Amino acid sequence: MARLGMLIDLSACVGCAACAVACKMENQVPAGASRLWIREREVGTFPNLTVEFRPEQCNHCENPPCVPVCPTGASYQTPDGLVQVDYNKCIACGACVAACPYDARYINKKGYADKCTFCSHRIAKGQQPACVETCPTYARVFGDLDDPNSEISKTLKAAGRQDVLRPEMGTRPKVIYLNAPSKKGLTQEVTRHD
Amino acid sequence: MKLERRSFLKLSAAAVGAVSVGGAATLVSRAKAAPWYTQEVRQVFSICENCFWRCGIKASVVGNRVYKVEGYKENPKSRGMLCPRGQGAPAQTYDPDRLKKPLIRVEGSERGAGQYREATWEEALDYIAKKMLSLKEQYGPESIAFFGHGTGDGWFVDFLPAAWGSPNAAKPSVSLCTAPREVAAQYTFGRAIGGHEPIDWPNTRYIVLIGHHIGEDTHNTQLQDWSQARKNGAKLVVVDPRFSTAAAKADRWLPIKPGTDTALLLAWMHVLIAENLYDKAYVQKYTVGFEQLAAHVKPYTPEWAEKETEIPAQVIREVAREMARHKPKAVLPPTRHTVWYGNDTQRMRALYILNALLGNYGREGGFYIAMPPYLEKYPTPPLPLEPNAGGCSGPAKAESEPEGYKPRADKGKFLAKSTAIQELIEPMITGKPYPIQGLFAYGINLFHAIPNVPRTKEALSKLDLYVAIDVLPQEHVMWADVILPEATYLERYDDLVAVAHKTPFIELRMPAHEPLWDTKPGWWIAKELGKRLGLEQFFPWKDIEEYLDTRLQSVGLDLETMKQMGTMVQNGKPWLTDWEKENTLPFGTLSGKIELYSEALAKAGFDPLPVYEPPEAAPEGFYRLLYGRSPVHTFARTQNNPVLMEMEPSNSVWLNAEEAQRLGFKAGDYAYLVNQDGVREGPVRVKATQRIRKDAVYITHGFGHKAKGMSLANGRGASDSYLQTRYTLDPISGGAGLRNNYVKLEKAPAPRLKSVVQILKERRA
Repeated sequence: MARLGMLIDLSACVGCAACAVACKMENQVPAGASRLWIREREVGTFPNLTVEFRPEQCNHCENPPCVPVCPTGASYQTPDGLVQVDYNKCIACGACVAACPYDARYINKKGYADKCTFCSHRIAKGQQPACVETCPTYARVFGDLDDPNSEISKTLKAAGRQDVLRPEMGTRPKVIYLNAPSKKGLTQEVTRHD
Repeated sequence: MKLERRSFLKLSAAAVGAVSVGGAATLVSRAKAAPWYTQEVRQVFSICENCFWRCGIKASVVGNRVYKVEGYKENPKSRGMLCPRGQGAPAQTYDPDRLKKPLIRVEGSERGAGQYREATWEEALDYIAKKMLSLKEQYGPESIAFFGHGTGDGWFVDFLPAAWGSPNAAKPSVSLCTAPREVAAQYTFGRAIGGHEPIDWPNTRYIVLIGHHIGEDTHNTQLQDWSQARKNGAKLVVVDPRFSTAAAKADRWLPIKPGTDTALLLAWMHVLIAENLYDKAYVQKYTVGFEQLAAHVKPYTPEWAEKETEIPAQVIREVAREMARHKPKAVLPPTRHTVWYGNDTQRMRALYILNALLGNYGREGGFYIAMPPYLEKYPTPPLPLEPNAGGCSGPAKAESEPEGYKPRADKGKFLAKSTAIQELIEPMITGKPYPIQGLFAYGINLFHAIPNVPRTKEALSKLDLYVAIDVLPQEHVMWADVILPEATYLERYDDLVAVAHKTPFIELRMPAHEPLWDTKPGWWIAKELGKRLGLEQFFPWKDIEEYLDTRLQSVGLDLETMKQMGTMVQNGKPWLTDWEKENTLPFGTLSGKIELYSEALAKAGFDPLPVYEPPEAAPEGFYRLLYGRSPVHTFARTQNNPVLMEMEPSNSVWLNAEEAQRLGFKAGDYAYLVNQDGVREGPVRVKATQRIRKDAVYITHGFGHKAKGMSLANGRGASDSYLQTRYTLDPISGGAGLRNNYVKLEKAPAPRLKSVVQILKERRA
């Protein structure tokens, strides 16, 4: 089976949010919720500066904390390695929302937890996720990390610096950031407040 | 172009299957929530309208709603990708705040008081036509001015005024944006730069951006190409008083003192010539005036420039040498918004001359030569006037007016031939050189585009007729006598868009569904008005489909075929070598070459070589007001779009962190911005940052709306335009230099506003 993942090249990303808006439209994400958002942080002092533009979303972890906490089995991993929610089994208890160290989930008022699906409905049609397709800076690569001939595997192999968010959590994210602009790696992570 | 039937069935089956697992109660609610893409989706080709890059898009439509738009590969503007504004643009069509019916200002009520009654299209158009004809009789056709912006502006700013007989037609994209660079390009290369800046990004090795905000002005293809160039290993130098997004990606950032760019350009030329680093063969073959240029730049050493620009002489020298090392694949692209300090044509001339010394115009890795596609006009009887408004691809051509017609009201104030929109306001107040008593505003935001808002308001209050054609109840719209609600870009056809490009092309906008409410497309409004004005002969086509079909016949197509294609691409002649094969050169100057020294400017009494003028100093205690773009907003057009406003609900004022500390502003604090004339804007959040010099502050353009009917936009952030009560007229291009305005910051309370999300949640409930 495939092991689907995503690369985000931070040396290319300009934080324009085309991905975030495409996601909002494609998935008709309700106001006040987001499946994909951008952080922007400056590092350094004038004039020796850098800025990190960093899109964040569900990491489709290989070891996802949101799955074992689910009391109904609504949160699950697909054989392709996607972390998904079965809306019909979900009782909107919020355990997964609390368990996710990336704040990637929200409760949809219709009565279920929701988040980035890597646009599984598009993948099923052979398309790229909406965020990948629209990115005007070619910052994103989506594909099968287990296929050595896939673009994602080749890009990863050739890449310089690689980081994931909060590696100390042991979640093994499959959203991998390339070329963090700061020498110290990804900027400090803080909890997102909407 | 429907989804294939089989995949559609498969998808709906999956959705139904999933739902049936749930209980009876959830069955109903979740069946209702079946995502749009599981339904029958039609796909329609169109052109984005959320900025004027005009990307070709495919709209996914279910019933009377577009859920998603995407680029498509065959379109050279989008190439299958879109920026955030394009992605979010459909949300405007379903904005409950839209103008929904024609409105007529209540008789006896004041302009700006916002009192209106609903009217039929018939009544509204009759009202306008009657007033126009009476103004024509009393003052002449030139007494009505036509302002507009957007893909539909051709009907109201080019075609209608030319048919009607008024030369006073203007677009903000000229004198409030591109005029200096376009006029400078004409005097240097004898060609336009054009709306799609013709840089050969894929092949360039060294890029120098001066005040050019790629990544913040998300012009889609430009952002793609620039990103690709960087991936290919091109070096990037960014000259900007602010650590812009582009600066964050740069190999070198030169935090220049605002307004001193020409000094830097002259010093770079000095180094290239003094150190013999310029492209001698190119200069000899394709340019005139090198000797004069060499003598002219001799005194402008890097040491001299360091004093003006605050960039170390050594850095200036190094960058010049690096440019030279990469020539001709080193390029200094012209930015779009070039109306900065009032001497802007000369700065743009300096930029082009430097490019010419690098030998890059018409060569790979530099500027390609853009050609317009072949496409004929619809054969109407000859119009009394030539369309005069120009556009972002350059000035108008009309040199003189036919007998019996008055010259444009701003003629003689500056050298260029195109109309300067801000210079047409004064005649509305003074009646000089002749009265302008009527105004059409199509798509343009009069208060967020034209500097000196108090003057604009005074002018509006004096008019005999003011007509606004728009989709939203913007503040200036609610001053009009008659408001005509236009259908949005997803609901209408427009004229074909023909783009000058490396591969010239034509693209089509067609409606995704019928106009919502009682709104009408621009072409229909123009034709119906034309009929009432006795101009039927200029609108001989039955409807827009016949009009488009006829034009498309001239390139061997028809409308039905084009509807399946969206875009038609033609061949171009991008390189000098393509022209030389035909024994010609592309330069439309008097000499037929690139004019380093401009004889034409000398004859007109201007400096034939660019001269540096130091910028005016800010008054004590004030910061220079700089402004730019947010990647998710366009001008003042998108601040009521629910999706884009959720992404970025307000602007903030960038203030150097040390200055913020000195003034006592902490994170999260708000300020009023007060300009040199006492105009106050805000409250606006203070962004204390390392990313800007101490002598300037910066805000993104387009916020600070004061339109009660725009429930998301109203009252959020600060407007740079309202703070631009002054401008410096560029005597060559007619551009209004906007960066000679200054502000100080005063502490302000946080604004008491419902959050955008709160308003959107209440709408849903």
